[in-house]
Amino acid sequence: MAFIELDRLSLSLGGRTILKELTGAYSGRCIGLLGPNGAGKTTLLQVLLGFYPPTSGTAQVLGLDIRTQIRQIRHRIGYMPENDSFIAGMSAIRFVRMMAELSGLPPEAAMERAHETLFYVGLGEARYRALGTYSLGMKQMAKLAVAIVHGPSMVILDEPTNGLDPAGRARMIQLVREIRDTHDINLIISSHLLRDIEEFCDEVMIMKDGRVATYCNLEEERRANRKFLQLETRGENSAFLEAAELLGCECAVDGRSRVKMVLPETVEIHDLYQLAQTHTTQIRRLQYKRDSLQDIFMKAMEVGKK
Amino acid sequence: MAVYKRTYTRYSGPLTSERWRCMIIPRYAFQTVLASRFYTGAFVLALVPHLIALLLIYFRSHIDALGGLGIDARGLQIISINGGFFINLFIVETFVSFFLVALLGPGLIAPDLANNAMPLYLSRPFSRAEYVIGKMSVLLTVTSLITWVPGLLLFSIQTALAGLSWSWDNFRILPAILLGSLLWLLTISLIALALSAWVKWRPVAAAALFGIFFVSAGFGTVTNALLLTRWGTLLNLASAMGMVWRWLFLNEMQYRVATFPFETMPSWTGLVSLVFVCGLALVLLAWKIRPAQVVR
Repeated sequence: MAFIELDRLSLSLGGRTILKELTGAYSGRCIGLLGPNGAGKTTLLQVLLGFYPPTSGTAQVLGLDIRTQIRQIRHRIGYMPENDSFIAGMSAIRFVRMMAELSGLPPEAAMERAHETLFYVGLGEARYRALGTYSLGMKQMAKLAVAIVHGPSMVILDEPTNGLDPAGRARMIQLVREIRDTHDINLIISSHLLRDIEEFCDEVMIMKDGRVATYCNLEEERRANRKFLQLETRGENSAFLEAAELLGCECAVDGRSRVKMVLPETVEIHDLYQLAQTHTTQIRRLQYKRDSLQDIFMKAMEVGKK
Repeated sequence: MAVYKRTYTRYSGPLTSERWRCMIIPRYAFQTVLASRFYTGAFVLALVPHLIALLLIYFRSHIDALGGLGIDARGLQIISINGGFFINLFIVETFVSFFLVALLGPGLIAPDLANNAMPLYLSRPFSRAEYVIGKMSVLLTVTSLITWVPGLLLFSIQTALAGLSWSWDNFRILPAILLGSLLWLLTISLIALALSAWVKWRPVAAAALFGIFFVSAGFGTVTNALLLTRWGTLLNLASAMGMVWRWLFLNEMQYRVATFPFETMPSWTGLVSLVFVCGLALVLLAWKIRPAQVVR
């Protein structure tokens, strides 16, 4: 079942159309939102949170309409904003507890979960310190704690690895993966960093100029490109290539020894090695050439230009 | 199990009623206020005028008993416990409550906006109106405790001491205390919150609040003198409230302007002026209290 459904969703702010008739249903456990600056990623997240009412169209989050059921939606989602968001004088435990209470938890439960969540994100020892004294990495973790303290069904993370050092980034990635895999929580992650999206997400929405330029399932993309190979052979290879073509492979020779090959569903790598052995051709190198997220992103940007 | 040994789990317990969720904000704010000796001291000092009024009411009713103790309190006979007595008390409280709001108000919204906390508040099942009501209730509760609550207590004590006939003769005082105080507290609370929202630096917001109070008074007087009009008086918040006090306590339908051109004006115009200020403050708040600002 799709947990986000967009139905001709448009938004204009300050006389400018930011989101243009977005339509689609998204059901991945973790959806990545990619796009250049000003593409409308953060604005889309804010519309889903009910910060801006759509100019036209609507959207459904977890089966609830953003126009009429925004309070119910907010009960079930957690939000980690991109920028620093806290009250400087408050201690982390007090702040996280207050946010849990505002989400509807009774004071005792909120206190208990604030402790648990801060330990979970690795701020257990620093939970009584004022948020203003936290480092950038600690503030990111505190924001994650605020987003998940009330046990939401869906979490929206806006640039979760912003400003983190490699160790902090690894910790954040590990936490987000754990949240995704073990706690049955849907995630939407907006990021500029393709590497992050590749680490976290199974589906990617690439936005450009307020439109969805591409939506793809990363796993399917990987599977689809699994049989695209680059080979380097030694010795005479024409007989091997002919035999491969008879099996249904598409071959393109690049120079004498380099071959690009697309394998049909029925042919496995193992068959190629057997064929090479039969035709006394040495395969010196074999490489999967798959579309990286960067390729997908660049293609989406190109399509936008055309 | 010790909390550090537990792991994160989804919450499946009961939820609190949405109706009273806006009261979470004042609860946290009061914890901060009560933790400060300065605020507690200021609050106790703000009760001094009512304490003096209480002593006057008590001694005024026991002049003979004081005489029996050898204390000559006959001078107190010139004091009449009536609308005039209460209006003087509440004019003093107008200033005292203003100072208290100037101490507390600027720190309520400014830190949230300065630290970009609004998206966190408003991404929860919590509206902008509830946020403002929650913040305003901090000011209204504190100032109520030094204005109409002890005011009603004084009225009850005077009734007990002077009898029900006094209460009947001065019944107008009761709604006057309640309505007048609420109007004034609402006005200064909304102004304080609006300034707290627009001026993110707390000391500057407090200074701006004093500026509005005192500069508006001067501006009103200068307007009257330059334009030879009496309507400039409405720019003075204290005068506008004075008109309402006199209307409510003494049933004076006309207010005599205390500065040049010394003319009279209808008392209800003071009410209009304060309601206008409240409306303006609400517009300013609505403009600023948003989960995200639109960059044009």
